[in-house]
Amino acid sequence: MVKVLQPGFYSSIQDLGRYGYQNYGVPLSGVMDRYASTIANTLLGNTSDSPVLEITMAGPILEFCTSTLICISGANMEPALNKTPIQNNKALEVKRGDVLSFGKLNCGFRAYLAVLGGFQTASVMGSFSMYQGITNQISIGKGDELTIHSIPSPAKKRHAVMRVNNDYLKANSLGVFKGPEFDLLSEEQQKALWSTTFTVSKYNNRMAYQLEEPLENTLAPIITSLVLPGTVQLTPSGQLIILMRDCQTTGGYPRILQLKASAIDVLSQKFAGNSINFKLRNI
Amino acid sequence: MPFKLSYKRFGEQAILVEWPKHIDEDILSDLLLFKKKLTTHYEGAAVQINHAYNSILIDYERVNFRFGDEVAALKQVYKTNVTESRLAHNLWKIPVCYNKVFGIDLEALSEVKNITEEEIIQRHTKVTYTVYFIGFLPGFLYLGGLEETLHMPRKATPRLQIEKGAVAIGGNQTGVYPNASPGGWHIIGNSPINFFDITKDCPCFAKAGDRIQFVPVDLKVYEGIKALVDAGVYQLESEVLHG
Repeated sequence: MVKVLQPGFYSSIQDLGRYGYQNYGVPLSGVMDRYASTIANTLLGNTSDSPVLEITMAGPILEFCTSTLICISGANMEPALNKTPIQNNKALEVKRGDVLSFGKLNCGFRAYLAVLGGFQTASVMGSFSMYQGITNQISIGKGDELTIHSIPSPAKKRHAVMRVNNDYLKANSLGVFKGPEFDLLSEEQQKALWSTTFTVSKYNNRMAYQLEEPLENTLAPIITSLVLPGTVQLTPSGQLIILMRDCQTTGGYPRILQLKASAIDVLSQKFAGNSINFKLRNI
Repeated sequence: MPFKLSYKRFGEQAILVEWPKHIDEDILSDLLLFKKKLTTHYEGAAVQINHAYNSILIDYERVNFRFGDEVAALKQVYKTNVTESRLAHNLWKIPVCYNKVFGIDLEALSEVKNITEEEIIQRHTKVTYTVYFIGFLPGFLYLGGLEETLHMPRKATPRLQIEKGAVAIGGNQTGVYPNASPGGWHIIGNSPINFFDITKDCPCFAKAGDRIQFVPVDLKVYEGIKALVDAGVYQLESEVLHG
């Protein structure tokens, strides 16, 4: 069991998402940055869909009441075990009574904490991912006790070594494909899309990232149709909205671009004020 | 009658199939029939199929696929005839309390439209609505059939909190909020029914193609139904429609 002494800014349990219920209007959810969560899980020998703790902006303080192995990946938030700094992307043994804390946000926006076997919180509709109206909690709270597997002590040592490329944390180029309504854009609008450096607005969360710079828009809304995480919508006021993992299943704004899966990982590590630009890719 | 469909690639992982850009029941029937055939075609594969008014999205995220080959296969499936082509649908009778306690925008709507509140309720309840799909929120039914005299542009500033069960009008649509949520629609009543139940395998009682009729109930009946719903013993009234 892991006791939450402080929850941090916003920390929630996520896996790879809730599949099979989109026909009922249920969002896919799941970790924002799949690259990071997969590294953390893989270094522990977990399957990549094992539930992890997604930590946003400022980290929690957690007390381990069970010995286990942990691995942190994604954003660098100066993690420390019993106040001694530890590294990201490295499997570490923690013992009963150890306290994990985080410091300053140095790079990126979301860190992932994996534990051996994954967090064992409530699974609803085939997924551990927390989401309003589906799971009882939408994020972890002070005093919560998160169930984890107990492992025999001392833990079997893991010597997994993996080359982890963290360059994506600093990247600001998002690979995109044309969306279903892209061809309705004028040549000038298309040009503006490729040449503008956009700024992430303060309206950014697990549902969507809004961008500050508007794109002059003359497109009418569409008949409500289907959207996916990574869909870039253009609102009547010219605002660009990039849908993320907790997005609705349908939407009525023109879908002008679709992010590459890896670009969702890149954007997940961005916050208000960060710059991004779009780069058209061929499939 | 077959429609001319377009097949578009939607990112790395999905194909979007589109019908002509209208909202109508012929498209809905054709689309639901295609969707049913696709569900059989992809049985056992980790492929997600979802639909809206005039499109189907097939998400291959968890399987390998080649766009060209897959579109050819989809076109073949669309052409396949199935003998049993009529899908059975339910007509659901949804109790709604239009009392002012809930219908907080009834008065304003009545003034703008210059029709009495009774007339609004009468026009809202006499129609049988068609369920096109579920989206926006878990359990939110997109309904077609709202009478034109009740069409009303969305509020310029959405409310931060709309109650669970709120029955509302927005643009040319009407619907029920399955859970509390922000929203810009005009609220005319409330239904005590659960539109989304996570404890059930099928969390929504209604499905695309079903029909919905709103039945007006007074506050006392509303409270009675609500108590039964909360206790998990309320039986929603419905009948089976064929074709």
